[in-house]
Amino acid sequence: MFCSAVQGEFGRLKRAERFVLRSSALLQTQKARTCLSEVNLSNKIPNVFRSCLLSCFFLCFSPSLLTSYRYVTVVGKHPRYKIAVFLHICGFGDRVSGPPRFQPLGARALSLTAAQSSAEAPPARADSTFKVTMVPGDGVGPELMTAVKEVFKAGDVPVEFEEFHLSEVQNMASEDKLDQVLTSMKGNRVAIKGKIHTPMEYKGELASYEMRLRRKLDLFANVVHVNSLPGYNTRHNNLDLVIIREQTEGEYSSLEHESVKGVIECLKIITREKSRRIAKFAFDYATKKGRKKVTAVHKANIMKLGDGLFLQSCAEIAELYPKIKYENIIIDNCCMQLVQNPYQFDVLVMPNLYGNIIDNLAAGLVGGAGVVPGESYSAEYAVFETGARHPFAQAVGRNIANPTAMLLSAANMLRHLNLEYHSNMVSEAVKKVIKQGKVRTRDLGGYSTTSDFVRAVVANLRYRPV
Amino acid sequence: YNSSLTKPPPAKYGGRHTVTLIPGDGIGPELLTHVRELFRFCCVPVDFEIVSIDSKSTSDDDMNNAITAIRRNGVALKGNIETNHNLPPSHISRNNILRTSLDLYANVIHCQTLPGVRTRHRDVDIIIIRENTEGEYSSLEHENVPGVVECLKIITRKKSLRIAEYAFNAARQNGRRRVTAVHKANIMKLGDGLFLQCCKEVAAGYPEITFDSMIVDNTTMQLVSKPQQFDVMVMPNLYGSVISNVCAGLVGGPGLVPGANYGKDYAVFETATRNTGKSIANKNIANPTATLLASCLMLDHLRLHGYASMIRKAILATVSETRLHTADLGGQGTTSEVVQSVMREIESKGPRTSEQI
Repeated sequence: MFCSAVQGEFGRLKRAERFVLRSSALLQTQKARTCLSEVNLSNKIPNVFRSCLLSCFFLCFSPSLLTSYRYVTVVGKHPRYKIAVFLHICGFGDRVSGPPRFQPLGARALSLTAAQSSAEAPPARADSTFKVTMVPGDGVGPELMTAVKEVFKAGDVPVEFEEFHLSEVQNMASEDKLDQVLTSMKGNRVAIKGKIHTPMEYKGELASYEMRLRRKLDLFANVVHVNSLPGYNTRHNNLDLVIIREQTEGEYSSLEHESVKGVIECLKIITREKSRRIAKFAFDYATKKGRKKVTAVHKANIMKLGDGLFLQSCAEIAELYPKIKYENIIIDNCCMQLVQNPYQFDVLVMPNLYGNIIDNLAAGLVGGAGVVPGESYSAEYAVFETGARHPFAQAVGRNIANPTAMLLSAANMLRHLNLEYHSNMVSEAVKKVIKQGKVRTRDLGGYSTTSDFVRAVVANLRYRPV
Repeated sequence: YNSSLTKPPPAKYGGRHTVTLIPGDGIGPELLTHVRELFRFCCVPVDFEIVSIDSKSTSDDDMNNAITAIRRNGVALKGNIETNHNLPPSHISRNNILRTSLDLYANVIHCQTLPGVRTRHRDVDIIIIRENTEGEYSSLEHENVPGVVECLKIITRKKSLRIAEYAFNAARQNGRRRVTAVHKANIMKLGDGLFLQCCKEVAAGYPEITFDSMIVDNTTMQLVSKPQQFDVMVMPNLYGSVISNVCAGLVGGPGLVPGANYGKDYAVFETATRNTGKSIANKNIANPTATLLASCLMLDHLRLHGYASMIRKAILATVSETRLHTADLGGQGTTSEVVQSVMREIESKGPRTSEQI
């Protein structure tokens, strides 16, 4: 398969026609020739690049190069143009791919050609750039985003970021800014963000900007996949836990009032509809990832109606999934069990505040807030961020923050965009650096800086030999 | 099944839908793999949850599993599951169980002559709406006296009204002028008579649509001589099976026409004529057009109209190319060639992935 994408800095005007050829391993040269005759180069590419592309094409289709997967980068002569030529020669490998919670299940789908020679599955059809909204946030957010951008640049990832600096503490927040972010999200549907810090003092608004963003986009599900990093030992190794948290209601409804002076009433709202929605999300996630058990975390012995409704909704939805075991556990017991024996849990689903606590607890079990990625889903949108959300303002400017969480989250985002190859490239580079153990930031016990870590990741980004 | 359970929220997260996929028997698995490949190629935001039930599984668990899976996701794409005639009558057809438990009461088949396919008749454009859950397919048969079998055909007022309502609504939405009810009420005076009466009652509420009825034997004769006279046809289960196969034959064969089964809460998409195709399974000669068009119907149902029209245009362009016709259309093309040609069409003429679709 020969796929080319011309990325000009002038955007859409300079885009070339894409041509994809799929050839079976047996008929490659023949088909390549017939396909070449059908290639339709846009007249917008100057002749220089046309010849460049064609020569590249012929070079790569020579018999000695036919049998494996190729990645070739060609830099054009004109300084303003950068041509990335992806060359994939693969069979009809078939795989269902999807958002990060998808994993190929144990029994792979049928492959249609007998000669499925490539060890790795064919990458997704990467044509033009994908646009993603980026909100760096506060604290070390901007530094982490810089890390992500550097790694993406080095890996030639076809993603373009649209940045918005929304921040409450730096007084860069307003309704207009929020609207801008929302419009951009509605167009791009995928975002990567840092933590937008909520100041402690009550300045007249009960709902923070981050809460408002979540509500407007209806990002009801927060998924934190807690995975032990290979090579970094903690008290609990080989942990594999998923925490699903309802993100729009519960204790975070921002409904508080003072009816009587000195007496504050803070309302926790639990609705049947949202509880069913999050329960269904949790069970669907478990089904897709091949998980066996979903545990609902609650405090229904005290909040009999509120958490009782949550439990009831979970139990109702559990009936639709006979193959998945459903259990429930009280939050206090759950926290204790998590620190003593976290291996008993598989997927956890819970309302908002308990989710916040358990997210951070579980992140601490595997190495801290710098290590765990997280994502938020609504029916239409997906937002990728770190699992435990802290601005870490003490580290601003000191170059000590750990970019692992943000990089792994960015890799998940690439998988959601169907860019499997790039996603694997980034996540494997990060995991390799951590496994080697030579470059570790302070929170993992080392002495390296953020930039050292990013440099190591960039050095480990896997390019296939030509 | 807990009947008090209201419909669960739809399975759409982060912009990606989840759809149940039932490969079935015969050519089903092969063609549905092509569908998955095509979807992956076009970056369609649909993920498939594969549930395998085939004729070999004897337990009820698999069936219940499949039905629960469709209940969870709301939408399914399936191949046909073979029903062995030689098994005892207690073994009800799997497809039938699926349709009745999910109450997929309307089977909608749109037969149109496709450009590029040579048929004896031109300009055929018929929508067939077939009642899918009762009628002759009630699976109620018994033998009170040895050598005498009674087979019950059930027609109820409620279901007939429902299907008639669906037919007229569909006719109105598609801008159709005429609905024909197909029946045999001269013989089955009470049964088909009730069906006809319900259709007439519903027709009174749609003054802009002409309603007429035709006896099934006359209908089949008219269909093979002058099919252009029909517009929308509504009928009970068995006549529907016969007429849909006749119409599919008129427009080019079982490999070209997709079918959809709609219920109040669920929708299942498959080929119109529901063939298993055991004799041509795994030989790479089956026609994938019907299954691919069924997947486009599914995308339309999920409101992914951009992707649906992109794939449909590519399929129609491919079908019009005679050298790619498969064996059932009289050519020598293979299934993979057709699918590849569709993919090539899409990426040469389709919109870019990152543009708003």
